[in-house]
Amino acid sequence: MVHPSLTNKETTEDKFSKIKPLYNPNEAVIEASRCLFCHDAPCITACPTSIDIPMFIRQIMTKNTKGAAKTIFTQNILGKSCGDVCPTSVLCEGACVYHHLNEKPIEIGRLQAYATNDAIENNIKFFEKGETTNKKVAVIGGGPAGLACAHELTVLGHAVTVFDANEKAGGLNTYGVAPYKFSNKDSEKEVKYISNIGFEIKTSTKVITEGKSTDNKVLLSDLEKNYDAIFIGTGLGKTKSTGITGENLKGVYGATEFIYDLRKKEQRIDPGKSVVIIGGGNTGIDAAVESALLGAEVTMVYRRSENELNAYDFEVQHAREKGVKFLFLSSPVEIVGKDKVEGIKFIKNTIERTKSNTKSKPEIKPVTGTEFIINCDRVIIATGQEKQVNFLNGIQNLKLEAGKIVINKDFQTSNAKYFAGGDCINGGKEVVNAAADGRDAARGIHKFLMKGK
Amino acid sequence: MADLTTNFAGIKSPNPFWLASGPPTNTGYQVMNAFRAGWGGAVWKTLGVPIANVSSRYGAVSYKNNRIMGFNNIELITDRSLEVNIREMKEVKEKFPNHAVIASLMFETKEEWHDCIKKCEDVGVDGFELNFGCPHGMCERGMGSAVGQNPDVCEKITSWVMEKATKPVIVKLTPNITDITKAALAAQRGGANAVSLINTINSVTGIDLDRMEPRPIVDGLSTHGGYCGPAVKPIALNMVSEISNHPDFKLPISGIGGIETWQDAAEFILMGATSLQICTAVMHYGFKIVIELKEGLSNYLDSKEVKSITELSGKAARKVKKWEQLDLNYKVIAKINSDKCIGCQLCYIACEDGAHQSIAINPDSRIPIILKDKCVGCNLCSLVCPVEECITMTKIETGKGKLFWADHPANPINQKATASR
Ligand SMILES: Cc1cc2nc3c(=O)[nH]c(=O)nc-3n(C[C@H](O)[C@H](O)[C@H](O)COP(=O)(O)OP(=O)(O)OC[C@H]3O[C@@H](n4cnc5c(N)ncnc54)[C@H](O)[C@@H]3O)c2cc1C
Ligand SMILES: Cc1cc2nc3c(=O)[nH]c(=O)nc-3n(C[C@H](O)[C@H](O)[C@H](O)COP(=O)(O)O)c2cc1C
Ligand code: SF4
Ligand code: SF4
Ligand code: SF4
Repeated sequence: MVHPSLTNKETTEDKFSKIKPLYNPNEAVIEASRCLFCHDAPCITACPTSIDIPMFIRQIMTKNTKGAAKTIFTQNILGKSCGDVCPTSVLCEGACVYHHLNEKPIEIGRLQAYATNDAIENNIKFFEKGETTNKKVAVIGGGPAGLACAHELTVLGHAVTVFDANEKAGGLNTYGVAPYKFSNKDSEKEVKYISNIGFEIKTSTKVITEGKSTDNKVLLSDLEKNYDAIFIGTGLGKTKSTGITGENLKGVYGATEFIYDLRKKEQRIDPGKSVVIIGGGNTGIDAAVESALLGAEVTMVYRRSENELNAYDFEVQHAREKGVKFLFLSSPVEIVGKDKVEGIKFIKNTIERTKSNTKSKPEIKPVTGTEFIINCDRVIIATGQEKQVNFLNGIQNLKLEAGKIVINKDFQTSNAKYFAGGDCINGGKEVVNAAADGRDAARGIHKFLMKGK
Repeated sequence: MADLTTNFAGIKSPNPFWLASGPPTNTGYQVMNAFRAGWGGAVWKTLGVPIANVSSRYGAVSYKNNRIMGFNNIELITDRSLEVNIREMKEVKEKFPNHAVIASLMFETKEEWHDCIKKCEDVGVDGFELNFGCPHGMCERGMGSAVGQNPDVCEKITSWVMEKATKPVIVKLTPNITDITKAALAAQRGGANAVSLINTINSVTGIDLDRMEPRPIVDGLSTHGGYCGPAVKPIALNMVSEISNHPDFKLPISGIGGIETWQDAAEFILMGATSLQICTAVMHYGFKIVIELKEGLSNYLDSKEVKSITELSGKAARKVKKWEQLDLNYKVIAKINSDKCIGCQLCYIACEDGAHQSIAINPDSRIPIILKDKCVGCNLCSLVCPVEECITMTKIETGKGKLFWADHPANPINQKATASR
C-alpha cells in the first residue's frame, strides 16, 4: 500500500484505527536490525511470559518470520494480543538497554504483533494435540488465562472444554481492552487460532453454583462429576459501586459495562454529549478516550493528585492528546438529576502525605464548603471492578484473600481439584500476566493429574 | 584553513577528490555537474575498443538494514564512441580549465594506444590512467587485469604509452594479484609517473535463494564481477601501504577503494596516497558528498596542524611493520566505563563463547567485570560493545623491556639453541 503521505489523496481517518499499527515487512526488518541481541536480555526478564525477545527479533531480521512466531508462541500463545495490548513501556520495552543510551527502545510489542500476525493470518500451526492422557479438564472462563491454560493442557494431551458466559470467547480481549489496540476481529481470529489445536469452547454457557444445568448454564457440581480437574479463569466482576446517591439515574454507567457495550456493538453507540469519568485508573482512561473519540466532551475527575494516578503515564498522555480534560483533588458527592443525569456534585480535597504512609497513597481530606457541580449528561464510574466473590464462594473449600483466589506455586487452590489464574488471582493485572498464569497452571494441573503415572 | 590544492605527479586540481573511472564519469554532462558540485578532478570512464554491456549489471551486499556495504559490477569500459567521449572531454576542459580531466584508457595494440593518446592530448586532457585492472570481460581479451596481473606485460605496455604521452601517466593496479608491489614496480620500470589502486576485486555478491541464481542475474546466469564500496577499504588500505612502504617504489599514489567519508580519505592519505578517487559512494549518494569530504578533511588537517596533504601522506604507513617487529611485552587489558555501560552484556558473551573467558557476570548489576588476570587484551569486547568508548584498552606496565619474536623463548630457534647448549 502506498503510504498516505506519498499521495495527494485525502484519507478518511478511522478514529479507532490502531495506535500501534501493524508493521510492513520493511519497517519490521529495519526496526529488528536495531536490536543488539543482548546476552541474558533484560527485556526477557521484564516479560511476564519470558519470551526470548532477542531471538524472535533476530528471526524477523533474517526474514524468518515463521520462526519468530514460533519463538513467541512457545512461551505465550496469546503473543498476538500481547504484542498489541501489553503496556510495553512498563514491561519489555521499559527494560530495553537503549534507554541507557537515551535512545528509543526497540518496539518489541509491534515486532511481536508483526510476527504473530503472519502466523495467524496464514494459520501456521506450531503445536499438536499431545498423546491422550484420558483425562478431562474443564476451564471456566475463555479469557486470556483460560485460553492459555486450555492450549497448554491440550498440548499435554488432556481433553479440554472451555465454558464462557459470553457470546464470544476472548474475555476482556473481546469485551474490555480498547478497540484501537485490539479489535473484535483481532480477538475472534486469535481465539480461533488458539483453539484450532483441538479444544472445545462452549460460549454463552455460564457456570453456576446453584440451580441446575440448562442449555446456557452448567452447574458446577456437574463439572466436578465429569472432569478430573477444573481451572478457574473467571476474571473480575462488575464495576464497584461508589455508594453515592444518584448512581441509579439514567445516564450513569459502570466503566466495565460501558466498554462491554461499546465492544459488543463495535463502537456503534451513543457516547453522550458531555461525560464525566470518575476514577484514576487505566479502565477510566479507556472509557474517557473511547467517549472522546466518539465525539463527547470528556472530563476525568480523580480524588487525588496527578502523581497518584493509577493509570500509566503513556495512557494519560494519549487521553490528553484525544482531548480528555483532567480534574484532580475532587471527590464525587452526589449525582444530580430528576430521572436522568444532569450533573455531578464534587467536593475539593487536600492530600496529606505523612511519613508513615510514604508507600501507600496519601490520605485525602475533603475541604468543607468547596462543593461544586459539573453539568453533564453522562457519568461513567471507573473506580475498579468487583471480585466474583459470590461465584467463588460457591466452590467448596476455596480460600480467598481480599476476594482473590489463593493458590500455591502450581496454581492449585485450597480445593485440590481446582486451579486458578489471571485477574481472579491477582485482582486485575494485564493480559500477559493472565497468559503466563494460564500456561503455568496447565503445567500444575498436568503434574496433579499425572501423579504416580 | 589547510591547503587542499593538489599537484599529483604534475596533474593539478583544486582538491584531491577525483571521481574514479566509472559510471559517474560516463559523460561530459555528469563530469561538469561534478565539478560544479566541488569535485577536483575526474578520471573519465575508460576509453577503448568497442564493447557491449549486459543487463542487469550490478549486485550489492547489505548489512542488516544498511544498503551497499559492498558493491559489484559486471560492466565493461565505455559503451559510447571514442569521438563522442573526446568531444565531451574537450567541452569540459574548455569550461573547467583548472579541474583535472584524466583519460582512462584500455587498448590492445601499440597503435591503438598511441592514436588515442594523441586524440586526448589534442583536446587538453591533464593526464592518463591506464586501466590494467578491470577483472571481467576485458581480461579475457588480454586487457585489463590480464595486464595488471603480469608485471612484464604491465611494464611493456606502460613503456609503449610513455613513448607517446607528454602528459603524466598513472597506472591503475588490480588487487587480484598475490603481491601488488610487483605490479607497482613494473609500472615504475615502464616509466609511469604514478600508480592508482585499487581497481575492483573478483567477486560474486550473493545468490538469489529462491531462483538459486547468482547475482547480478542475466537471464538466469551470472558471471564474476568487480567488488568495491566500503567493504573493500581494508584491502585497499593494506595494498596502498605495501606499495608506499616498498623501499624501491618512488612514485605518487592515488588511493581508491571504498572511500565514502573524510575519515576514509584521511586514512588513505596516511597510508601514502596524495590523491583520492571515489566511485561507489557517488553511485550511492550523488556528487554532493564532496562538500563533506572536503570540509571534513580540511578540518582534520587543521586539527592536526598539518598544512597540506603531502605533509600528512604516509605518516601511518611508516607504522605498518612486519609482525616480528612488534613488541611481545606490550600489554593492554580491557576496562569498562561503568558510567557508559548499558548492560547489554554483549562483551561478556563474546569473550565467554568467542574468546578467552575473561569477563564475568556481576552478581550485583548488569555491568560485567573484566578479569584482569585473564584478559589477553585481544580487543574483542571493545569491538562488540555498542557504546562508543565504553570499553577502552588500557596499557599495563609490565616492567619488562621490549621482547621480539626472534628473542622469545617460544620461538623454536631459541629452543633449539637452548637444547644444543
Ligand atoms: C477496560 C479494560 C481495559 C484493559 N486494557 C488492557 C490493556 O490494554 N492491556 C492489557 O494487557 N490488559 C488490559 N486489561 C486487563 C486485561 O484485560 C485482563 O488482565 C485480562 O483480560 C485478564 O484475563 P482473565 O482471563 O483472567 O480474565 P477475563 O479476560 O476477564 O476473562 C474472564 C472470562 O471468564 C468468563 N466468566 C466469568 N465468570 C464466568 C462463569 N461463571 N461462567 C462462565 N464464564 C465466566 C467471562 O465471560 C470472561 O470471558 C484491561 C482490562 C479492562 C477491564
Ligand atoms: C559500475 C562500475 C564500473 C566501473 N568501471 C570502471 C572503468 O571503466 N575503468 C576503471 O578503471 N575502473 C572502473 N571501475 C572501478 C572504479 O573506478 C574503482 O576503482 C572501484 O570501484 C573502487 O572504488 P570505490 O570503492 O570508490 O567504488 C568501475 C566501478 C564500478 C562500480
Ligand atoms: S508479551 Fe508483552 S511484555 Fe512480553 S514481550 Fe510481548 S509485548 Fe512485551
Ligand atoms: S534489551 Fe533491547 S536491544 Fe537488548 S535484546 Fe532486548 S530488545 Fe534487543
Ligand atoms: S558490551 Fe559494553 S555496554 Fe554492553 S555490557 Fe559490555 S561494557 Fe556494557
